[in-house]
Amino acid sequence: MLKRPTLWIIVAVIAAFAIAPLLGGVGLRESLFLAAVYMVLALNLNLMIGYTGYVNFGSIVFFGLGGTIGLYTITVWHWPLWAGMLAAAVVVGGLSLVLGLGILRLRGAYFALATIGVVEATKAFVSNFDPFGGSTGMYLSFTSYKPLGGPREALWVIYFLVLFMLALSLLLGLWIKRSRFGLGLFAIREDEDAAVVLGVKAPLYKAIIYSTSSLLPAMTGVLFFFKNGVIQPDQAFDLTLSIEAIVMMMLGGQGTVLGAGLGAFAYEQFRGYLLTSSTFASFHLVIAGALLLLIVLFAPGGLMGWIHERLPRTRRVLE
Amino acid sequence: MSELLKVDAVSRSFGGVKAVNSVSFSMEDGEIFGLIGPNGAGKTTLFNLIGGVLAPDAGSVSVLGEDVTGLPPYRVVERGLARTHQIVKPLNDMTVVDNVVVGGCFGREKLSLRAAEHQAHETLALVGLDDRAATLAGHLTIAGKKRLEVARALAGNPRLLLLDEVLAGLNPTEVERMIGVIRRIREERGIGILIIEHLMQAIMNLSDRVLVLTFGSPLAQGTPEEVANNPEVIEAYLGDPDMAEKLMAES
Amino acid sequence: MLGVLVSVINGLLVGAIYGLAAIGLTLIFGVMNVINLAHGAMIALGMFALYFITTGIGLSPYLALPVVFAGGFIVGVVVFWVAVHRVIGRAELMSLLATFAVSMMVVGLGTAAWSTSPYNVQVHLPGLTLGRYTIPGNHIVAAVAAVAIAALLYGFLYYSRLGKAIRAVASNRQAAELMGIPSAKVLAIAFGIGIAIAAVAGALIATLFPFTILSGANYELKSFVVTVLGGLGNPAGALLGGLLLGLIEGSVTPFVSGSWTPVIEFTLFVLILIAFPRGLFRVGRGR
Repeated sequence: MLKRPTLWIIVAVIAAFAIAPLLGGVGLRESLFLAAVYMVLALNLNLMIGYTGYVNFGSIVFFGLGGTIGLYTITVWHWPLWAGMLAAAVVVGGLSLVLGLGILRLRGAYFALATIGVVEATKAFVSNFDPFGGSTGMYLSFTSYKPLGGPREALWVIYFLVLFMLALSLLLGLWIKRSRFGLGLFAIREDEDAAVVLGVKAPLYKAIIYSTSSLLPAMTGVLFFFKNGVIQPDQAFDLTLSIEAIVMMMLGGQGTVLGAGLGAFAYEQFRGYLLTSSTFASFHLVIAGALLLLIVLFAPGGLMGWIHERLPRTRRVLE
Repeated sequence: MSELLKVDAVSRSFGGVKAVNSVSFSMEDGEIFGLIGPNGAGKTTLFNLIGGVLAPDAGSVSVLGEDVTGLPPYRVVERGLARTHQIVKPLNDMTVVDNVVVGGCFGREKLSLRAAEHQAHETLALVGLDDRAATLAGHLTIAGKKRLEVARALAGNPRLLLLDEVLAGLNPTEVERMIGVIRRIREERGIGILIIEHLMQAIMNLSDRVLVLTFGSPLAQGTPEEVANNPEVIEAYLGDPDMAEKLMAES
Repeated sequence: MLGVLVSVINGLLVGAIYGLAAIGLTLIFGVMNVINLAHGAMIALGMFALYFITTGIGLSPYLALPVVFAGGFIVGVVVFWVAVHRVIGRAELMSLLATFAVSMMVVGLGTAAWSTSPYNVQVHLPGLTLGRYTIPGNHIVAAVAAVAIAALLYGFLYYSRLGKAIRAVASNRQAAELMGIPSAKVLAIAFGIGIAIAAVAGALIATLFPFTILSGANYELKSFVVTVLGGLGNPAGALLGGLLLGLIEGSVTPFVSGSWTPVIEFTLFVLILIAFPRGLFRVGRGR
């Protein structure tokens, strides 16, 4: 147990997230909710960037499209929340598998550009597609919260569902990292040509991980926008959030589960502070940019990378 | 019993340049087959054609009787082939043992993580890297990285090993050591080894048979003695008619 | 029918500017393998530069272009030394993020300084009238200017010593160093030129449409599409790609609501990336 504590750290984190708002009240719950959402995004993005080495600049498309599909099934077909989430996962997962087979043939910068193109194309499409509400988006009526016991109770249910998504993201990240599949992904990251020559079925692995990394963000998107009561394409497909997810992941340390989670949590707190502080609110983007630049120039391995380098034995221990 | 490797009239061009021009040869199990020729003769390209990194324009490649022409590298690995690279490609940010585990998990035998980890130490011992198992591959010396390439290729228990200039850049002690490793591989595992090398003494003494390439075309094929005494080879490559004797005499 | 023709011509005119903007992006990529995600921010800075030069000093917009170019060059060199030069050899993600960070800072500061209300430096010139349609004069001038600047750049790259040094470093940095070319300085200059061109493209756009600090983002996306059409690293291809994009836009808008144009553009973008990863055009001696 002490040799590989990561699993227990994860359990502790989930427990903390579960218990804290019960003690600290609604305000704390709201803050932790947002933190959990960001952590889900960063952790799943980590599978693509940190594990496989493919820079997905458009990860937000999973979140936004998932939310769109989910809210559509809920508002138009009156499906229950869990069904909307499942629909989002299936549609987004399926589409990204197909898309992935195409764009994952691209390397490096070309792939990154393609992911940006995908976000923009999807955003433009959804903005024009009337069944999805066009550019005004879709609105939830209060009746949608009835099955969950009413608006206030619904917020608690949604919180714990997001927490469940977070737990799944952490466990998925850890499980893949320790698996044979994960080893193949890391080999692809280090040197795809060498990996292929060693027998790793790179095209298949890349498509699988791209699709897998879309599932939990898609479902979380449904939860986020369900809670919001409204989804608008400009917001749902905001490229900046994709970039922020990358920053979070890098801050904590890409390629590690604890790093991605920690980075997201820290960044979200920092961002929340910036936005509420009167002096810094308008400079939030500037400061985030400066932070990103500093990380890239001086600490590209993030916090975990820094720790791993100072204490090599933690590599196996803090994953 | 089918041959381990059969290369049949394989050709490949890049733009207007014929890098490999109708090369044919075959190898038996347990044989060490040398591939020599001046720089740019097409040796590495031939490796790439056999291994699936490139597809030939013409001709065919079979491993153990099965046609692998044009298959992607990971499929050719399944048929039993493994190779090293002339310019080493270590998985830098992973440990030495993890590098070898990758070879074991995805090589011909497709071992489980546990089995591959277990076997990795054996393989590292064979090449003499077991004391550096926990080191990051990127931190090894060039000699270490070359040995890692070999270990990684061996990890999946291939039937056919392609070695691309594993001796280049090594000092004389390291060269001797590596030659010893290659001999051990053949003795202990009985696999066929196709080897590209510039160090003439080494390759002439290691190989059972040799193929000489110039400008992509085959020039001569046979035992090292036959090839070394072939007047065309001497003229094109060795230059000095007495060099053959000198080479065979040494080591 | 005439309406479609005019739309196409207008599209081509704007396309020339798309091409010029994209040249800035593709030059930097071709020389140092960096995709400059601050490209849009630099275009926006060029727009504002034109505004402040013309309102502040009272210089005519077209005469202000060289000033914008010079300013853009200086900004580019500074950005290179601060943010880019350390990440050049490293993984692509790093340079993408470094330039994006610069973009965030510029847009953040710009928003704080100039808010998001539109600014205007539109130039009004007599246009070409065809039936009941007009091709605006400022569009024609801007397009001609764009092509002229592109031609000047091409001449510089292929016929001047510094241009050849840039191409040498682009081709093989180590070899260029061995031949006595100070590669880091040359890269800085190349980066500076790339930014300068983006800035000038922005200034030209400012003569046509109102703008805010956020306007650059849209043109950055178009620049991506154009560079992919023309092949990353290929300046001549970028100009042709820009014209092609303009042509597509001009042909589509009479028939389909304007809001569908981005859908078509970006879908085409992704499809072309998948089908022709090296770009549609193999013009000139681009990589």
